[in-house]
Amino acid sequence: MTIDLATIWAFIIAFAVFVYVVMDGFDLGLGILFPLFPAKQDRDIITNTVAPVWDGNETWLVLGGGGLMAAFPLAYAVLLPALYPLIIAMLIGLIFRGVAFEFRWRTTAERNRWDIAFAGGSWLAALSQGIALGAILQGVHVEGRQYAGGWLDWLTPFSLLTGVSLVAGYALLGATWLILKTAGGLRDRAYHLSWYLLFVMLAAIAAVSIATPLLTIHYAQRWFTWPNIVLTAPVPVAVAAVTVLLLKNLAEKRDSWPFPLTLALFLLSYAGLGISMYPYIVPQSITIWQAAAPASSQLFMLVGVGVLIPLILIYTGWAYWVFRGKVQPGSGYH
Amino acid sequence: MFGWDAVDLARAQFAFTMAFHIVFPALSIGLASYLAVLEALWLATGREVFINLFNYWLKIFAIGFGMGVVSGIVMAYQFGTNWSVFADKAGPVIGPLMAYEVMTAFFLEAGFLGVMLFGLKRVGPRLHFLATLMVAIGTLISAFWILSANSWMQTPAGYAVNADGQFVAADWLKVIFNPSFPYRLVHMVLAAYLTTALLVGSVGAFHLLRDQHLAGPRVMFSMAMWMATIVAPIQILAGDQHGLNTLEHQPVKIMAMEGHFESHKDGAPLFLFGLPDEAAGKVKYAIDIPKLGSLILEHSPDAPMDGLDTVPRENWPPVPITFWAFRIMVGLGFLMFALGLFSLWERWRGRLFQTRLLHIFAMLMGPAGFIAVIAGWVTTETGRQPFTVYGLLRTGDSASPLAAPAVGASLTAFVIVYFVVYAAGILYLLRLMAQPPHPGEAGPSSVSPTRAAGITPAAGVPQATYNEAGA
Repeated sequence: MTIDLATIWAFIIAFAVFVYVVMDGFDLGLGILFPLFPAKQDRDIITNTVAPVWDGNETWLVLGGGGLMAAFPLAYAVLLPALYPLIIAMLIGLIFRGVAFEFRWRTTAERNRWDIAFAGGSWLAALSQGIALGAILQGVHVEGRQYAGGWLDWLTPFSLLTGVSLVAGYALLGATWLILKTAGGLRDRAYHLSWYLLFVMLAAIAAVSIATPLLTIHYAQRWFTWPNIVLTAPVPVAVAAVTVLLLKNLAEKRDSWPFPLTLALFLLSYAGLGISMYPYIVPQSITIWQAAAPASSQLFMLVGVGVLIPLILIYTGWAYWVFRGKVQPGSGYH
Repeated sequence: MFGWDAVDLARAQFAFTMAFHIVFPALSIGLASYLAVLEALWLATGREVFINLFNYWLKIFAIGFGMGVVSGIVMAYQFGTNWSVFADKAGPVIGPLMAYEVMTAFFLEAGFLGVMLFGLKRVGPRLHFLATLMVAIGTLISAFWILSANSWMQTPAGYAVNADGQFVAADWLKVIFNPSFPYRLVHMVLAAYLTTALLVGSVGAFHLLRDQHLAGPRVMFSMAMWMATIVAPIQILAGDQHGLNTLEHQPVKIMAMEGHFESHKDGAPLFLFGLPDEAAGKVKYAIDIPKLGSLILEHSPDAPMDGLDTVPRENWPPVPITFWAFRIMVGLGFLMFALGLFSLWERWRGRLFQTRLLHIFAMLMGPAGFIAVIAGWVTTETGRQPFTVYGLLRTGDSASPLAAPAVGASLTAFVIVYFVVYAAGILYLLRLMAQPPHPGEAGPSSVSPTRAAGITPAAGVPQATYNEAGA
C-alpha cells in the first residue's frame, strides 16, 4: 500500500462516511426506536437529546457525497445511478424525519402524524443505506465510464441482509445514546432494549461476515490467505473483546460506557468492510486510482481538509459540550 | 410519463426540487443576517423589543432552515443520481467548490445553529451572539461557493480537458472568480436580503393593519421598509450590470430574454409584452418600444444587435419560458422599488405606521421576493440551455443512463412528498406569523433549558469526550 493522493482521499472519504454513520446513526436510531416509546413525554425527551445537533450530524452525509464527487467523480457517477431507487428513498426518508423535528413542536392536533413521519423516515433512510451498502459490496455492472445495469439490480438477499443489519446497528446506537442522555424509566427501558439489540447486531455482524466472502473469491482471499490473515484475524478478536466489555457495562449499568463501546463495534465492522473493499471503490470494477479526480482537484481540496476538518471537529465538539449531560423531563430545548 | 424521455423527466425533477429548495436558502441568508442585526441591537441598547423580535423570527428561521437542509441534501445527491455524466466530466471542477461549501459553510451553520436556537441561557448573551454571527456568516459563505459553481457552469474559465474528457482546473482562481460570478453573487445576496425584507415588512404590515400601536410590528415594519427603500434600487442597478455581463458572455440568453428572434441592424426594440412564437420566429401581439433594447443593453439607441436568426436552431434556449420568467422578475423588482419609494414618502410625512394603503401594499408584497427569486433562476437556467457547461457540454449528453420509468417514479414521489411537507411547513410558518410578537416572546425553547440538577461541568466531561471521539 503506497501513500499517494488517491489513498489519502480514500481515507478522508471513509472518515467522513464513518462519522456520518455513527453520528446520524444514533440519531436515526432514535427514530427507529420511536414506536417503542409511545408516551409524549418520552418522545419529547428523545427528540430533545438530538435537537441541537442533528443538522450537524447530517452535514457529514453532504460531505461524504460532495467529497466523493470531488475526489472520485467516476465512482460517484457510477454508484449513484446504480443505487438510484435507494438514494431517492433515503432522501425522502431524511426529508420526513428532518422536518418532523421542527413540525412536531408546532402542532398538537397533527403531532402524532409527524411522530409517524419521524419514525417512518428514520426506518426508510436506515434501511436504504444498509441495502446500498450490500449493493456496493456485491458490485455493480459497469461498462466504459457508466453504470450499465438495470434499476433494480441492487435487490438481492445479501443486500436485504445488510439493510436489516444496519437498522439493528443504528437502533443499538440509539438505545445506548439514550442510556447516556436520559434518566429514570426511559433510561431503564433503553438498557433493556440494548440487551436485545446487541444480540441482534452480533448476529447481523456474524451473518454479513459469513456471507461476504461467499460473494466473490476476492473477499475470501483478502481475509483468509496467508499472510493477510495475520492482519485480518485481529478484527474478529477485537469484536469479541468489545462485546464482552459492552455486556459487562450493560450488566453493571454504567451509563457512560455502552455508547462509546457501541461506536467501537461500528468502527471494527467498518474497518472490516474497508479491508474487504480496498483498493476498490466500486468493488471488482473501479479502483480508487481509476476513479481519482486529477491531482489538481485532490490537492486543492486537501489544503482545505487539513485546516478545516480539525476546526469543524473542535466547534462541533464545543456544541456537544454546551448541551452535555442528561436531558431532564420538562427541561427540553423546545 | 406525458411522452417525456428520461432526460426530460430528469430536467423536470431538477427544476422542481430546485425551485422548492431555493426559496429556503434565500430566506436563511436574509433572515440570519437580520437576526444578527436584531441581537446586536438588543446587546447594544438593551431594549426588550429587539430580543422579542429576535425570538419571534428565530422560530421561523428554525423551520425554514430545517426545510432548507433536507431539500438541499436532495440537490447534493441529484448531480450523481440523475446527471452522472455531468458529475464524471465536471466533478473535478464543480466537486471541490461544493466540498469547500460544505467545509466552510454548512458545518459552520449547523455547528452553531444548535447554540443559536437553544443555547442563550447556557452560554450567555455574548457567546450566543457569536453563534448567531457564525450562522449568518455561514449562509453568506455558502452563497459564495454555490454561486461560484453555478457561475462556472454558465461562464466556464480556467479549465483544461484531460484524456478522459473530464474538465480539469488549470487555474483555481480563474475557476472560482469566473466572469459571471461577481455579478451573480451580488444579485443573489441582494435578492435574499430583499426577499427577507419583504417578508418581514409584510408580517409587520399585517399586524399594523390590526393595531398601529404594537411595538414589535412597528420596529420590524420600519426596518423592513428601510431595506426595501435602499436595496431595491441597488438591486435594479446590480441586475442591469448582470445583464450586461450576460450580453458579453452569453448573448444567446439575452436574445431569448428579450425575444429578439430577428437581428436589428439599427437599434433593437424592447418588448414589454408579447407571445414569443419559436416556430414562427417572432413575438406575436408584441407591445414594444423601438430602440430601447439597444439603449439599455448597448447604451446607444442605434446599436445593432444580433438575434436568434444568427444562432443554429439546435442551440436555442426555450424562448417563451426565458422571456416570461425574466418579465415576471423585472416587474416584481419595479414593484419593490415602488414600495420602497411609497414608504419613504409616508415616513417623511410621519405617517409610516398610519397609512393603511401602504400596509396593504406591503402585506401583498410578502411573497414577491420568493416569486422573483424563482423567476430569476428560471430565467438564467432556462436561458443557458441546451448546455450544462455553457457551450461545452450539452444537457442531453449530461444525464445518467437511467430508464424513464425510474425517473418518472422518483419525480412523482418528490412531487407528492414536497406538496405534503411544504404545505404543512408553510401552514406552520403562517401560523407563527399570524401572531404578533409578544412582550417576553419565547425562543424555540419554550421551556427554559435550565441546567439539570447534579450535572456539573465535571460530570459532563465523559460525555463530551465520547462525542469528540465519535466525531
